[in-house]
Amino acid sequence: MSDTFQLDGAPIPFADGQTVMQAALAAGHYIPHLCYHPEFKPHGSCKLCTVKVNGRTVASCTMPAEAELEVESDTEELNALRRTLVQMLFAEGNHFCPSCEKSGNCVLQALGYDLEVHSAGFRHQYPDRPLDASHPDILLDFNRCILCELCVRASAEVDGKNVFALAGRGNTKHLIVNAESGLLKDTNIALTDKAMSVCPVGVIIKKGVGFSTPIGERRYDQRPISAQALDDAPRPPSGGAHD
Amino acid sequence: MLPDAELIFGDSPKCDVPTCLRRIIAKYGTDATQLLQILREVQECAGYISPDTAAYLAQKLDIPIARIESVASFYSFLHLEPQGEYRVLFSDNITDRMLGSQTLMERMCQQMWLQPGKVSEDGLVSINTTSCTGMCDQGPAMLVNGRAITRLTPQRIQEIGQLIRNRTPLAAWPADFFHVDDNIQRGGLVLGNTLSYGAALRNGLALGGAAIVEQIKDSGLRGRGGAGYPTGMKWEACRNAQGDHHYVVCNADEGEPGTFKDRVLLTRQADLVFEGMTLCALAVGAKRGILYLRGEYRYLLEPLKAALQRRRSSNLLGQSILGHPGFDFDIEIHLGAGAYICGEESALIESLEGKRGVPRNRPPFPVTHGYLQQPTALDNVETFCQAALAIHMGADKYSAIGTAKSTGSKLISVSGDCPRPGIYEYPFGVSVQEILNDCGAVNTRAVQISGPSGVCIGEKEFDRKLGFEDLPTAGAFMVFDDSRDMFEVARNFVHFFAHESCGFCTPCRVGTSMLKQTMDKIASGHGTHYDLAEVEHLDHVLQTTSHCGLGRTACNPVLHTLKHFRPAYENRLKSLEFKPAFDLDGALARARQMTGRDDAGAHLKESE
Repeated sequence: MSDTFQLDGAPIPFADGQTVMQAALAAGHYIPHLCYHPEFKPHGSCKLCTVKVNGRTVASCTMPAEAELEVESDTEELNALRRTLVQMLFAEGNHFCPSCEKSGNCVLQALGYDLEVHSAGFRHQYPDRPLDASHPDILLDFNRCILCELCVRASAEVDGKNVFALAGRGNTKHLIVNAESGLLKDTNIALTDKAMSVCPVGVIIKKGVGFSTPIGERRYDQRPISAQALDDAPRPPSGGAHD
Repeated sequence: MLPDAELIFGDSPKCDVPTCLRRIIAKYGTDATQLLQILREVQECAGYISPDTAAYLAQKLDIPIARIESVASFYSFLHLEPQGEYRVLFSDNITDRMLGSQTLMERMCQQMWLQPGKVSEDGLVSINTTSCTGMCDQGPAMLVNGRAITRLTPQRIQEIGQLIRNRTPLAAWPADFFHVDDNIQRGGLVLGNTLSYGAALRNGLALGGAAIVEQIKDSGLRGRGGAGYPTGMKWEACRNAQGDHHYVVCNADEGEPGTFKDRVLLTRQADLVFEGMTLCALAVGAKRGILYLRGEYRYLLEPLKAALQRRRSSNLLGQSILGHPGFDFDIEIHLGAGAYICGEESALIESLEGKRGVPRNRPPFPVTHGYLQQPTALDNVETFCQAALAIHMGADKYSAIGTAKSTGSKLISVSGDCPRPGIYEYPFGVSVQEILNDCGAVNTRAVQISGPSGVCIGEKEFDRKLGFEDLPTAGAFMVFDDSRDMFEVARNFVHFFAHESCGFCTPCRVGTSMLKQTMDKIASGHGTHYDLAEVEHLDHVLQTTSHCGLGRTACNPVLHTLKHFRPAYENRLKSLEFKPAFDLDGALARARQMTGRDDAGAHLKESE
């Protein structure tokens, strides 16, 4: 692993097939991200991980790492873009953090704090998105959906079930479930499914356990997302090539 | 999981849906990559895709039922709810509006006692708008049950209303309604082509695949779809790519508002298009070609199929083409279903595979991982025509036409404020002013080059030249005279992009929609300087972070009109620094409607 690229002036080693994001996280450098998940193929839809590569803006999660790339990430310009994207996602859905049981474990909220998003920025869209509480053990609160497709991908690729899919186009795009009735109770979802654990926000909720961990003691209450994301990143085995 | 006989289908007066479904499945088989074609035919037959139909198809194709909804809901021309027996869609390009489409639509809605977007109570008719249908030179235009109708007038609207009320089948409507003019105003290399069928192909066969690639490279030919990628390099990369199969795809999803030259090429020079595709197949080693025809041009399907059949009979397609053993190639036609984004090459390929037309992450590019992840050469209709002519003429002669970096000719679709709209073919390097002179435009304020995603230029720049050196264009040329409000032009384009955003990435999905709201706020007289700043902020985010060209260019109409015609925006602003989008008086509209009052006392007084 002799090849490196530059990220904000630091040399980042990378393996063949890694993207800029994967290599950066493995080397202990955080790039903000939302729809990227280390266990899934990069998706590139949220655009939070936008960086400048040789002067051009691209999503770092899908950008193949190449030797000698000059990547800028932690700059005021890019962080301002990320703040705007977070504001857009907050304005697009119905996000009420104080009453949301995902508060403290929510990636969108954590990014908001970490990127210092201090205001709404945009007029809220207040979309009409009815809940699906049909399933005895699981609640779907579509109000909080950010359309990252992680549940779609997890259900299809890991669970082999296709419980979730996306419908509509543009700002009418929305999450649906795979049942003639359109209700979760008529799908074959199980609490043990991978799709149950990947939602970065509070759409897919296990009933009855919402506040078993008190607010204040949750994941992002303890350490900011920039630190947590590095803990989660797959690393080369110790003694590996990365410095 | 019901057996076929027990299926219960919605009312359809004209055809028996279960029979149609069985016919469609028999035709396409149970291959899920054909899903869009299947859904489109179901829609054509049944008027919508009912839950029972969805369940039946899911079972037959062995796919999740959610995928049917997922795909169907992506395309504007597919419906999951019952629609009117007659589905009327007014083309809503700015050129249609300039020809009075909005008044005509209001008139028709009144005539039919109908609100736009709603189905009449008797289920007879629904009226709505649709993105540009590519009839800008003979608008206002509409689609009725997918069939294009041109040159709408109040009288024609009246007649259409009567035909619908009488439930006259579309086949019995006056043929004149469906007449589409080619309007060729200035011919050239391509439009003047009179080569006999197979002539260019014989030249190509004499050269062989590798030499075809070299000739195309030497000809300097660049893609005519807008991006201008060198065609020879694309074909070479595809030829050299490893794969089980190679494919040739023709992009006839001509969705850019103001563009209609591919429609004319497919009408007048279909054989030249197919000849170019066949040459490409020879060059890249493909056995299968697909032409992706936009749904709005549905009426061209039968003539194009007939042209393909003729070519098969002449051994210009099929096995051992022109007696060359091993040179097997055939072309099929896929229809789109109302999604501008499918003009983007990777979205088009997704759509060909029966999926939602969402642009892929690139790299890898289609030349190595295209249709079914196989090497695919994908070019525009006009590019294939130009390629066939370049092979016939030879690279040297071809590259002498046009300019150094933009060889050959370009078809321009002229519409808007001019007495002679239509198709003009010029060698590259023609100036905007020259085209304006030729089409007879006077008092021109602005020209929108290459459609909403292109550039808007003002009078001072009319000496600029079309070509990759200066003003690249996919062919749209919309003329606006000094009576036009350029803010309204930009607002129309902003609405278009918001409607056509695929919704994959955050900036485009949310940004185009917010841009639309802000432009509407300014239009309604509630805009302030804060909103203008927000427009510029949104433009920056769209331009820098969007996933594909749609989002990255969606801000162009606003950026360019703000640059040239800023007063058109500023004149509408309030002097205030900020005013909330929430309209207090507007919020009382419902109360006024309920109480039947609209007097001054039922309105809040607005203090400036």
